[in-house]
Amino acid sequence: MNRVVSRSQLSAEVFRLEVEAALVARERKAGQFVIVQVDADYGERIPLTIADANPEAGTVTLIFQTVGASTHKLALKEPGDSIVLLGPLGNPTHIEKFGWAVCVGGGIGLAPLHPIVQALKAAGNRITVISGARNKDLLIMQDEMTALADEHIVTTDDGSAGRKALVTEPLKELCQKNPMPDIVVAIGPPVMMKFCAETTRPFGVKTLVSLNTIMIDGTGMCGGCRVSVGGETKFVCVDGPEFDGHQVDWAGMMDRLRSYKKLEEEAHEKCHLEMEADRLAAGQAAQAAPGAAGKGGRA
Amino acid sequence: MSHAMTREELDRAASAELSKIAGLGRVPGPKDRLAFPVQDMPCQDPAVRRGNMSEVAEGYTESQARLEAARCLNCRNRPCVAGCPVGVDIPGFVTKVAEGDFSGAAAVIKRTNLLPSICGRVCPQEKQCQAGCTLGKSLGGVERAVQIGRLERFVADRDRACGLCDTPVATSPSGKRVAIVGSGPAGLTCAADLRREGHEVVVYEAFQKTGGVMVYGIPEFRLPKELVRLESETLENLGVRFELNFLVGRTRPLKALIEKDGFDAVFVGTGAGLPKFMNIPGENLVGVFSANEYLTRANLMRAYDRARADTPIYPSRRVAVLGGGNVAMDSARMALRLGAEEVHILYRRGREELPARVEEVGHAMEEGVIFDLLASPSKVVASDDGRVGGLEVVDYELGAPDASGRRSPVAKKGSEHFVPFDTVIVAIGNESNPLLSRTTPELKVDRHGHILVDEKQKTSIDRIYAGGDIVLGAATVILAMGEGRRAAAAINEVLQ
Repeated sequence: MNRVVSRSQLSAEVFRLEVEAALVARERKAGQFVIVQVDADYGERIPLTIADANPEAGTVTLIFQTVGASTHKLALKEPGDSIVLLGPLGNPTHIEKFGWAVCVGGGIGLAPLHPIVQALKAAGNRITVISGARNKDLLIMQDEMTALADEHIVTTDDGSAGRKALVTEPLKELCQKNPMPDIVVAIGPPVMMKFCAETTRPFGVKTLVSLNTIMIDGTGMCGGCRVSVGGETKFVCVDGPEFDGHQVDWAGMMDRLRSYKKLEEEAHEKCHLEMEADRLAAGQAAQAAPGAAGKGGRA
Repeated sequence: MSHAMTREELDRAASAELSKIAGLGRVPGPKDRLAFPVQDMPCQDPAVRRGNMSEVAEGYTESQARLEAARCLNCRNRPCVAGCPVGVDIPGFVTKVAEGDFSGAAAVIKRTNLLPSICGRVCPQEKQCQAGCTLGKSLGGVERAVQIGRLERFVADRDRACGLCDTPVATSPSGKRVAIVGSGPAGLTCAADLRREGHEVVVYEAFQKTGGVMVYGIPEFRLPKELVRLESETLENLGVRFELNFLVGRTRPLKALIEKDGFDAVFVGTGAGLPKFMNIPGENLVGVFSANEYLTRANLMRAYDRARADTPIYPSRRVAVLGGGNVAMDSARMALRLGAEEVHILYRRGREELPARVEEVGHAMEEGVIFDLLASPSKVVASDDGRVGGLEVVDYELGAPDASGRRSPVAKKGSEHFVPFDTVIVAIGNESNPLLSRTTPELKVDRHGHILVDEKQKTSIDRIYAGGDIVLGAATVILAMGEGRRAAAAINEVLQ
């Protein structure tokens, strides 16, 4: 089991956990992910990308959005609690000096993008980061990105920060420049990655995407993560997670991601109802015994 | 099949028979033994068991075991021993059972087999120890052989409290350290044999539980997980250390175990890997699963326990299982237990050619699995919502025998027809997992990706050994154990 060292909430549904995992912190490379479980008996195995690692402290940083019961339970972990963690999994990003690299991160995708930006920067690339989100509150890791990038473009759907635009708009403008970007890395919701790939396709700019499909073991055994790439079936856990965005069968991949959508939403809804019920119960208890008032506050 | 008689009825019949034998007033001769009835395995009623996860086979009663053991002719040539991949002294333990000395029987088995409660349940005895049985031959069929597997299970269950703890461990530590990669049947056997010699043994397992295929693949109703847990626990009591959630090749490079972590040898028993698919259109549609995924969700992740498990299982009404092996039977029977209304097994050849154990096929049929033989899909057809809506099925007939002597199936032209299904489970085997070979270029593999080993299970890298499915391709629990055992012997020799 791996101990949680710190926890923070980055936005309404986005959380950051720093977890003890000395070997993972030492071995992990940009682009790799881990699988976590809240408990070994009944917990679901959740693949999460590694946002950062500290080999000296022996910790890794996970940033995730709560979408179902399992991520909800993970978000409730406090420092000192333990979780199950396996990794690092997947192939590391191929890093070299490409020249000019444009790194596009959408919402929670900014977290896995961060180590890739770090590695590309360290390899001597000129970096443009495009950060995008629905609104200002959902933009994460902005200080880190500004510090690393030679140029940092911010877009939001509602214009509450940066340009009121989708990430594809500045991406297209960059592709129209001469010379064009040498490589684009896009990580975010599938639909964003799909449209980034469609944006760069006419320009012929190589575009890497990182897929976060449904997985169980994460080691090649179950095939649940399979996706069609260039007409061939690939396993995201052993062949990926990064693929050529121009070759991915996006429609098929997005269908597969939605396999359990209804169950997932129901389970998450139930978590929130239970949380609400706990809060109300705690409120009643607090009214009955004023001394315990502090307890109801956290939820 | 035995569901006609309950365990109590079978027990009463066996007790009556035993009294008759006692009444003979002499030791039964071969003619008497030939006449003793084969003891059926008591089983849960099929109509009941298809709705629960409990073990199907309930195990012999004491009277049944004694009577079954009394059938053994104690023949001189012992074909059963020759048929056992680990060479258990079968007549030796069977004689003890007949005498009622059950702990004595357990001691005999454990000299050579460390996991009898598991082997007694999942070994294909009809192809191994029971295949050559003199009694079976005299009575004209392997199904009438001494029921060695059932007796082994009886002895092991009876002796559960002892488990592996009878295994003697060298009193003085050897000062040598061995790493085991994978905690399936090969790894656990290897670990036990190495620990016996006083070596320090660390087993690395990628999953959150030990047991490999015995926990993620073979269902609870065929092999209770508690048994597997007990075997691992016994190894822990012997001093074997388990490191869970540790993927050698990723969490730590394979060679680092030897070069940096101070291990004197490594055994790789990582098992089968990537599931095979049919390569037909529509196979990536939502609702198509590999048997590995389906069974892992149900077994390891306990998705059947809907109230407690976080891992979802796809809601299925009409399920098609593709393939005819034991894994296909497990998947089909699991689907019934998870609430499917109708489960079909599609297999290109006929019933005679089904690679699954006869017993498993029988159990599946009793439970209501429908066998669509000489049929195979050419396409997975999507429904209006873009998920699995059914299969386009082609009928086959058996043509001339191929090089292996098996009659090869030939598709009937124009026989394509649509059959509605909402779930498809592909159970046609596995390719090898490329992870270790990709991250360890010096590790030589064959063109299928199986690790190449010499006759002592040694790989192309010094002090690294391998065995089980990662070497053999898809094989059985007992063959994997045999390889683990052979590797342990070689490692023990080298470390002396």
